[in-house]
Amino acid sequence: MRRINLIKTSMAVVVLAVMVAGAIPLYKHRHFQIPIVAGPGVTRVAWLSDWCPALKGTMADTQVFFMEGKLPGGKALIMSNTHANEPAGLLMELIFLENAVVERGTLILIPEFNRSASSTTRPGDGYPLYFSVKTSWGAMKLRMGNRDAHPLDQWPDPDVYIHYPDKQLLSFIDIRNTNRTWPGRARGPLMERVTYAAMELMRKEKVDIALDLHGAETMFPVTNCIVAPEKSARIATMVSLYVKAREGFDNHVEPSPVGFRGLSHREIGDYSGTLPFLLEAPIPFLDQPTGPKTEQFILDGKDPLLLKLSKKNKLFVAYTAEGWPMDKRVGQHSSVSLEIINQYSKKNPVRAIQVLNVPRYKDLVANGVGFYLQDPAKAEPSRVYHN
Amino acid sequence: MSLVMWAYYAICVCLIGLLGWNFVREKKSVDEMLLYLIVLVPLVLRVLRIK
Repeated sequence: MRRINLIKTSMAVVVLAVMVAGAIPLYKHRHFQIPIVAGPGVTRVAWLSDWCPALKGTMADTQVFFMEGKLPGGKALIMSNTHANEPAGLLMELIFLENAVVERGTLILIPEFNRSASSTTRPGDGYPLYFSVKTSWGAMKLRMGNRDAHPLDQWPDPDVYIHYPDKQLLSFIDIRNTNRTWPGRARGPLMERVTYAAMELMRKEKVDIALDLHGAETMFPVTNCIVAPEKSARIATMVSLYVKAREGFDNHVEPSPVGFRGLSHREIGDYSGTLPFLLEAPIPFLDQPTGPKTEQFILDGKDPLLLKLSKKNKLFVAYTAEGWPMDKRVGQHSSVSLEIINQYSKKNPVRAIQVLNVPRYKDLVANGVGFYLQDPAKAEPSRVYHN
Repeated sequence: MSLVMWAYYAICVCLIGLLGWNFVREKKSVDEMLLYLIVLVPLVLRVLRIK
């Protein structure tokens, strides 16, 4: 009897120790805060719940940064981390927030659009919980999230997700995917409330253009491109031609399919006056199969399996031993975003938006992302936000 | 949290109780003791809202 009690106690202690050892990193990851330094261009900070009160107090509520120019003009909204495992967009937004100055019009930035998804991970794929960007003041640590919202925040998943309002049948997991729940509803599942709040923001603030920043696999055909519906196609085409001719990188235009519902590039245009654009930069980290999903792989995009596949013409982008580094991906997002704003402003002078002091593709490739990130420890504490 | 979510947590707590009780009552099979503990892990982590 004494022996069995000893075995039981030992087993309970070992299992408890394993459980605690596994739980602590996950708890810390979920509650890790990314410091965001509001640069000289940030004029006010709101919460997404200001446009949908049902989001207030949830893990899905997120900060909305306004950069208002002195001169009147149009409004552009940029969202990143719609999929929180595609971090190039987030880094681009941090660079904009910390450096940009808006002369004319307004820039609205939501760096962590799916805040809940950024607080979870994909352990089955061996994702690292964090990655760090080298800067002159040290390493900036960022949280690596997942594609879909955390099940702790939205549960249970249905057998099939019936999209609102089109009633199209989508995969069950897409009920937690903020690029399938547009245009959303005020009292729907949490992720529908997130997209509804963004739609309300666009409708009430009269946003002219909306950019949704993503990353896509090199083996996926819709990669390295701008996805645009009919109403945005002309501007997207001009941007594609410009970056190819002037900045030396490819970024073709993909039409937004009318029959595939719930995506930002489709629903924003159909349910508001805003012109939507979805930007895809290649992210080899998301490809399958690859080698180990390491922090270094997030940053440099180098993988020997993808290199072999590239030699057999199995990829949809050019891929060399140089990989597809983060600096290049962030640079593409930056140049394409600025050029969309520029092309829109040329066509609509009354609603023009003028953004200054932001690095473009060549600057980011030459200097690296870290060069443009500020040290939160040295910034004015009232200008540091945590998300 | 929705009603379904609350029900889900209530079911988790019930299962934790049942598994814990079975673990305490088990006197012979070491394999089953270990299995009870392993099955408990995800349920405990869910109720604590960690995973």
